Amino acid sequence: MITKDEVEHVGWLARIEIDDAEAEDYAVKLSSVLDYFGQLDEVDTDGVEPTYHVADIMNVFREDVVTPSLDQKDVLTNTAEEKDGYIKAPRII
Amino acid sequence: MTKWLSISDVKEKIAATSAEEVTASYLELIGKSSINGYTCTSDGALDTAKMVDKGEVAGPLAGVPIAIKDNISTKGLATTCSSKILEGYVPPYDAHVIERLKEAGAVILGKTNMDEFAMGTSTESSCYGVTLNPWDHERVPGGSSGGSAAVVAAGEAPISLGSDTGGSVRCPAAFCGVVGLKPTYGAVSRYGLISYANSLEQIGPMATCVGDIAAVMDVIGGYDARDSTSIDKKIDHQAALVDDVKGLKIGVPDEYFGEGVDSGTEKAVWDAINKYEEMGASWENVSMPNTKYALAAYYTIAMSEASSNLARFDGTRYGPRNDGENWHVMASRTRAENFGKEVQRRILLGTYALSAGYQDKYYLKALQVRTLVKQDFERAFANFDVLMAPTMPLPAFKIGEKVEDPLSQYLTDVNTVPMNLAGVPCISVPCGSSDGLPVGLQIIGNHFDEATLIRAAYSFEKNTDHNKARPGEVA
Repeated sequence: MITKDEVEHVGWLARIEIDDAEAEDYAVKLSSVLDYFGQLDEVDTDGVEPTYHVADIMNVFREDVVTPSLDQKDVLTNTAEEKDGYIKAPRII
Repeated sequence: MTKWLSISDVKEKIAATSAEEVTASYLELIGKSSINGYTCTSDGALDTAKMVDKGEVAGPLAGVPIAIKDNISTKGLATTCSSKILEGYVPPYDAHVIERLKEAGAVILGKTNMDEFAMGTSTESSCYGVTLNPWDHERVPGGSSGGSAAVVAAGEAPISLGSDTGGSVRCPAAFCGVVGLKPTYGAVSRYGLISYANSLEQIGPMATCVGDIAAVMDVIGGYDARDSTSIDKKIDHQAALVDDVKGLKIGVPDEYFGEGVDSGTEKAVWDAINKYEEMGASWENVSMPNTKYALAAYYTIAMSEASSNLARFDGTRYGPRNDGENWHVMASRTRAENFGKEVQRRILLGTYALSAGYQDKYYLKALQVRTLVKQDFERAFANFDVLMAPTMPLPAFKIGEKVEDPLSQYLTDVNTVPMNLAGVPCISVPCGSSDGLPVGLQIIGNHFDEATLIRAAYSFEKNTDHNKARPGEVA
């Protein structure tokens, strides 16, 4: 069971603004899904390694050489606000 | 009439007329469409076709039109994941699969509708509204690649690309009566595919016949250094188009025929398995005991990965931006207003599952269960060449039927998510109908054994008429 307060906290962590009424609705809908996830508790996983992904590869290295990349102008075409070749965003703090 | 052409039909038609004429006739059909399968069409389609006619573009798919799911980046052509948060986004680069298709001479017709960020089984969560199932306009086309399946089923494209994170190619293929392949994890580069759950998803083709699936895979498959999970293994898909299943050992997992499987679906799938026996294959039941936990493990992992992958949509680099006194407020408002409800739910659940105190209980536990699910497949493939099961436990459901209760929709993915957890390849092929709606037979193979999958699927197609069934002309 996830409470309304927890929904609001998670909303902040996920950077999704949630008002009071929405938090109530989420608490109900998310709880039913979490209950369902709870069935994983039945499984005995002692000593079982986690599978992060199925391909048996760990680190993929490449030579540190310069290769062509996207043009700065092309990268900036989709931003809401641009200044002097940079993406402009509101202050962080 | 340019309806329901295979790649070889298209090539014949180009030889008889021109690539320009073929592309123009598809664009005309799309213009008159009533199923809402496309999110946009490409202004460059006719230009590419003209270049093919002039001999400036050649290749195995020269002049062949293809529809692309809206989460695969196409340079200069809007790519929005059917989400308001990417409204107006035009990628400055092509995905690896698009580069390959262009080199092969394919003509990109346009982008296809999908569940927002590929999160769904019905295409209802798209910001453009649902795509209608060509077999019955009151029903969903499946999802999340609903547009890609529906346009092929409706004859509005001969082939298409979708992506499959937990069944998103196979489900709509089954619901719309077309063929859809999810390749082995690592077989097709994900470079330029907008990530939802990166450890699970693969780009896969959809078509009206197995031969076309193989032809597209021979173009888009193979190693790409820009995807660090890409694996360097050469597969010749078209060489596997052989009508012969003599001696093929088929495993039929009991758990995939559990309660809740529609009786018409079950019958169609068993008829198919019996047909294989008639064709010289043998089958036996097999138990895959961890299947019942696969769905919970899948959703925990997918939502956790989504919460991280979708962090980039914050109003900074692309998409709309809401006002706010600082970045955090701006981002929180932008995301609240422009992500749909299902996407928000999954991000919130994923964030919760990864948050302090819950990570071991949910996320780590799910990854351990994933190992057990994968081991079920390893045991099964020690004894069998392929496994067979219904792709979906039921035929296409009604629009609106499963919108209010998210869990009820998640449960329909029960037969498709285990393969994404294990990374094994699988294909859905039409195998009959239930109440007049298409049913998909799912054939599952071992890692990088697409050749056996394709041979099995091709043989079935050659010895039955199921893949010739087409939706009626629904007005």
